[in-house]
Amino acid sequence: MKLLVAAVALAAAAPLLAQSTLPAAEYANTQLPDPKQEAKARALMETLRCLVCQGQSIADSNADMAGDMRALVRKRIAAGEDPESIRHWLVERYGDWVTYEPPLSVRTGPLWALPILLLGAGLVLARGRFKRKAKS
Amino acid sequence: MSAPSETGRTAKPWVLWVPLTLFVLFFAMAAVKLVWPGNTNIDSQMIGKPLPRMLLPPGVAGRAPFQTGAAPDGKPRLLNVFASWCIPCIAEAPVLMEMKRQGIKIDAVAIRDRPEDVATFLGRWGDPYERIGSDVDASLQLAIGSSGVPETFVIDGKGVIRLQHIGDIRPEDMADIVKALEDAR
Repeated sequence: MKLLVAAVALAAAAPLLAQSTLPAAEYANTQLPDPKQEAKARALMETLRCLVCQGQSIADSNADMAGDMRALVRKRIAAGEDPESIRHWLVERYGDWVTYEPPLSVRTGPLWALPILLLGAGLVLARGRFKRKAKS
Repeated sequence: MSAPSETGRTAKPWVLWVPLTLFVLFFAMAAVKLVWPGNTNIDSQMIGKPLPRMLLPPGVAGRAPFQTGAAPDGKPRLLNVFASWCIPCIAEAPVLMEMKRQGIKIDAVAIRDRPEDVATFLGRWGDPYERIGSDVDASLQLAIGSSGVPETFVIDGKGVIRLQHIGDIRPEDMADIVKALEDAR
């Protein structure tokens, strides 16, 4: 019985998320005063992948690390840096993994070519069909 | 004009199997990834590049500010990325203490942390660090391509990053790290 209680207690205990108790960085959850810059930052944040949650963009994630990345993006945009150069800075450190927009390279080539190939195959198929119809 | 009848043409028998084959392939791929999800670590791309130079405020009250970059003694050492709120960092603490006992120099950055919390952590689990800095907004962490705590980097005498160890250092990982430190000489 004791064992059962212990098991239930263990199961019920929500896993303690290791999170910092510090308040979030400035600009992690605060928009930039200039709406144009904020829009730029927002667009970039939506295409950067959170490193801890690994399935969300940093714009969507509540993780501390995503907050720090948002702060970094906003600060650099506010300083006048180009969004693509911020993306490049992060890719240099974390690899292509960090961006949701895969660059064209030998490794990602098939990914870009596949839709075109499939569309081509579809066109060829459709053409065959129409020809046959026209003949009969 | 009536629609052309499809029955006139004999379908190739193997074509019937294509959809099933595709489905089985898809299913197999999904099953394989479910059973073996693989490694989700994101390796730093900074290996072989110099550790960025930053002047970090002291991680604990009473210590000197931490100037990252090449070590003052020009010898390889470890840079431990940790935090007092990080639970695996507790598991790693005795291993770091053992490495300190072996004469390995370890520097640290406390991520998103308060000096008083770091002091409590070090008081409880031991202080293996020669220098310790505080990185409140993860700026050093992001600059070295680290994606979590704890992580440990081997920095050679010239300040170049030579190895990244993701996660807590277990006793069985020590040999690899010690070897990387020797190779970095």
